[in-house]
Amino acid sequence: MIAPNGLYEEIVIAGFGGQGILLAGKLLAQTAMKAGREVTFMPSYGAEVRGGTANCMVIIADEPIACPTVSQPESLMVLNKASLSKFGPRLKPGGLLLWNNCLIDSRPELNGDVEMVSVPADEVAVELGAPKSANMVMLGAYLQKRGLLTPDQASEALRDVLAERYHKTIAVNTEALRRGAEFAVCHA
Amino acid sequence: MSARILMCGNEALAEAAILAGCDAYFGYPITPQNEITAYMSRRMAEEGRVFVQSESELAAINMVFGAAATGKRTMTSSSSPGISLMQEGMSFLAGAELPAVVVNVMRGGPGLGNIAPSQGDYFQATRGGGHGDYRTIVLGPSRVQELADCMVLAFDLADQYRITVMVLADGILGQMMEPVVLEAKQRRELPPKDWALTGADGREQNIVRSLWLGEGALEELNNKLQAKYQQIQENEVLCEEYQMDDAEIVIVAYGTVARIARTAVDKAREEGINAGLIRPITLWPFPTKQISAAAETFRMFLTVEMSCGQMVEDVQLAVAGKCPVLLHGRPGGGVPGVEEILEKIRQLTIRTGAA
Amino acid sequence: MKAVHKRTPVLKDCPTHYCPGCGHGIAHRILAEVIDELGIQGRTIGIAPVGCAVLAYNYLDVDMIEVAHGRAPAVATGMKRTNPDSIVFSYQGDGDLAAIGTAEILHAAHRAEPLTVIFINNAVFGMTGGQMAPTTTLGQVTATTPAGRQARGEGYPLQVSEILALLPGTVYVERCALSGTVSIKRAKAAIKHAFELQMDGAPGLSLVEVLSPCPTYWRMSPGDAMKWIKEEMSQVFPIARLKG
Repeated sequence: MIAPNGLYEEIVIAGFGGQGILLAGKLLAQTAMKAGREVTFMPSYGAEVRGGTANCMVIIADEPIACPTVSQPESLMVLNKASLSKFGPRLKPGGLLLWNNCLIDSRPELNGDVEMVSVPADEVAVELGAPKSANMVMLGAYLQKRGLLTPDQASEALRDVLAERYHKTIAVNTEALRRGAEFAVCHA
Repeated sequence: MSARILMCGNEALAEAAILAGCDAYFGYPITPQNEITAYMSRRMAEEGRVFVQSESELAAINMVFGAAATGKRTMTSSSSPGISLMQEGMSFLAGAELPAVVVNVMRGGPGLGNIAPSQGDYFQATRGGGHGDYRTIVLGPSRVQELADCMVLAFDLADQYRITVMVLADGILGQMMEPVVLEAKQRRELPPKDWALTGADGREQNIVRSLWLGEGALEELNNKLQAKYQQIQENEVLCEEYQMDDAEIVIVAYGTVARIARTAVDKAREEGINAGLIRPITLWPFPTKQISAAAETFRMFLTVEMSCGQMVEDVQLAVAGKCPVLLHGRPGGGVPGVEEILEKIRQLTIRTGAA
Repeated sequence: MKAVHKRTPVLKDCPTHYCPGCGHGIAHRILAEVIDELGIQGRTIGIAPVGCAVLAYNYLDVDMIEVAHGRAPAVATGMKRTNPDSIVFSYQGDGDLAAIGTAEILHAAHRAEPLTVIFINNAVFGMTGGQMAPTTTLGQVTATTPAGRQARGEGYPLQVSEILALLPGTVYVERCALSGTVSIKRAKAAIKHAFELQMDGAPGLSLVEVLSPCPTYWRMSPGDAMKWIKEEMSQVFPIARLKG
């Protein structure tokens, strides 16, 4: 938003509770921090997250970040329809939209010059035998598309954000990140 | 040097409290600060220290009262409705001159309100909150790192002045994650706790009390407290001034709002508006002198808060009529955005011709 | 000459503010004797309530704190958890423990805090002028039950000790009375036992309820007050070892 010469990327990830929205955001933030960037991560919280909508805001920058909330994201990942309706109109002109075409049945109609990438996040996750990793497929596609950080860097940060009892899922999450990135290369 | 780690404000402040030597944590769950209680339940056990989930906030603050009376470093945390319930204990802590740390991760009010971030408890925090003539030191950090650093400072100030120190955060600061460096800091030189209840073994009985019935006794206690508060006002004010030298409009904001306001100040400068920021870090003692000095030059003051105008009264007292003081307040969980503050700055500077 | 009776060193050499015939003086005396006999004066922390015994620290020569009305068990929890080697007791009246502090005593007991609680029940709020307490008996005239306490509208006498005895977190609950030499001796033995349990690390809360005379607000002579405990009050609050 400021620092015209430096990086200032505002990202919103949104979906419903249980889709791993907050985990994807934490992973993105952790990856950025390990890459030496300044970062903030702001989750939606409380009762609304359970069974309702979940979203988080991540800012990646070169300079210390003043404002942790995002009103107009540069990049938006939406994993369900309600999130698209809520956040789609807030996307900055020239921004990047990644949408989960497994749960959003028609191509989003957004005004302005917006780059749209349709990602079959759930389908890819199911193919992998890990239906819960749709969040990672989406994040992998974003990382590939944006090019600020690599899926490999994200995979290295998985250990830091996953509780130890989930470390057994690192391999499959890594694969999901990779497949998401691959998809972005081939189809977008 | 310790590594940068990504932590949410609630967990960072909890770990910082442990590093600061907190012996005992007592608390009752309430959103948006539940991460503190959960984190403490695990970490205090690992450290062999005390954690109790109390039956109410009223019990939690009284457990703090008990542990503090024995000379231990102790704390509790809650959010607005729970802090209201603690006010009885806060008044007793003040009367008994016991050191304690209380964290308030503010949410929207009044009543049960909501769980969104708010700064609606400023009056309660900075005016004492409970009954009687007393104050608590109030710290209003702006970033996760500063929140963590405030915990160390809070325990030291509490012990130095035998006072309750409140760390006033909000839902955003508690929930957001940011890189932090957590390392043990050197403590201040602190007076011995020779008043503590440790058992009258080989010494005279110690009594911790807040009841003074003798003629003039309570007046004397109050005078002593006021002298202490005076000393704190002289020595412990913390305040950040940003882009103030040539500022024609001064934003006064604290905590989360100050971060947002800072971006607005930068953007205003890009547009050629000479904006500046005064960010009180201690909300009590308030940086009255700093604001008063800034008001020696004629400028516009704009207080931005997530409440209907509470800190603005302290700004008005400091400015003392020398300059206009305006308010942009958002209550009930509303968070002012950068554009919103910037637009306010534009409007005000057009009117005064500063742009 | 041989001394046959001495002031216990844990009791300070000063007059108390209690009314003539009040039970607090007796309760303080036996409590002080117990602390002395157990040799724990140097590691005991006492908690005074809000009520007539608010100034107990002026009479008992141990480290003491005075706390908000009813909160003693929470304060005691904070003390004992951080100082497991200290002997922590609270001294609470029926307004303090059975009215405003029911949550705190119930939860300290339910958490099995290893504390000693002396619960003075005199069926009335003494300090504020003889108003109805939860322990006021049916028909008893007080400043706020001028027609005598009626069950309908004013409720029944609250038997806190019986409730607490049901909880797995209490190790010992006994109700005693200060209505004569024999009962006073029994009360002292109960208080001593309650302290010994804490000293031995017993895994829970010990409570001794003491039926105590308040001649002033019962509007009786001290002698009649003793008699009233025996004949009336102990019908509602039976003298018994309820647990442990």
